[in-house]
Amino acid sequence: MIIQGLAFYLFAAITVAAGVLVISARNPVHSVLFLILAFFNSAGLFVLMGAEFLAMILVVVYVGAVAVLFMFVVMMLDISQAEMRAGFLQYLPLGAMIGFILVMELGIIGGSWVIADNVDKNFVAPIAAVKTTNTEALGNILYTHYIYYFQAAGMILLVAMIGAIVLTHRKRLGVRKQNIGDQVSRHPSDTLEIKKVSSGSGV
Amino acid sequence: MLEIGLSHYLVLAAIMFTLGVFGIFLNRKNVIIIMMSIELILLAVNLNLVAFSAHLGDMVGQVFTLFVLTVAAGEAAIGLAILVVYFRNRGTIAVEDIRIMKG
Repeated sequence: MIIQGLAFYLFAAITVAAGVLVISARNPVHSVLFLILAFFNSAGLFVLMGAEFLAMILVVVYVGAVAVLFMFVVMMLDISQAEMRAGFLQYLPLGAMIGFILVMELGIIGGSWVIADNVDKNFVAPIAAVKTTNTEALGNILYTHYIYYFQAAGMILLVAMIGAIVLTHRKRLGVRKQNIGDQVSRHPSDTLEIKKVSSGSGV
Repeated sequence: MLEIGLSHYLVLAAIMFTLGVFGIFLNRKNVIIIMMSIELILLAVNLNLVAFSAHLGDMVGQVFTLFVLTVAAGEAAIGLAILVVYFRNRGTIAVEDIRIMKG
């Protein structure tokens, strides 16, 4: 129990510190690296809560794909950092005010909510009933009760993939590319001409 | 103190959510940092969902976390693609310069 508590405070402290550094780091590359740190420690918290599969997915999808994508874009775009940082302190008071209001609102909600008595009647998949691993339990309801949502999620990813490719793809002028259709449909008569050349006179 | 309950995770998620919103206001010129702040907000939401799932003992919270992750990945891919195209066309990604469609 003590180890669990200490692990929570360790992961939580590093997550919050990394979150602060994400939004305040001078260099966007450092921001991305701190984002990765925050995701890793959140994955630790997920493991602590017993959601092992989601913890691994967080590491694979966020750290492995999204954060690396961010890193690529940050490094690819040539952005002047001084220009981007201008007005940082100017926006601080408004941001602090909004953040303060948000914390107050969340505090008010957090101080007054209760869990309804009969909430356990609404459970679709109680964890206590499953004797399997977290991954298997998740798969058991994801592929049965939530199959349509799962398919829709796959559709969203497909559309996102096609959209990203279509957006960033560009036609360059003056680049010679192989066009297989043109090559196949070429006819000998288009390019080939047979001439009778009598000896000694040239074409 | 060392007994970790639901409220600990909710406080942590609230802090992360506020940090994300704060980051959007703080870095109003840099679209990339704004998108990272949105990722932080989505992470806070995921923490909330998983915390409630673990506390109530219902698996469904984790299913929805999976969907939030999916949408977040798609959003990041599309957003960054738009950003790259915009930078290619205009040579800048400063937020206040993005107003071509303003009448």
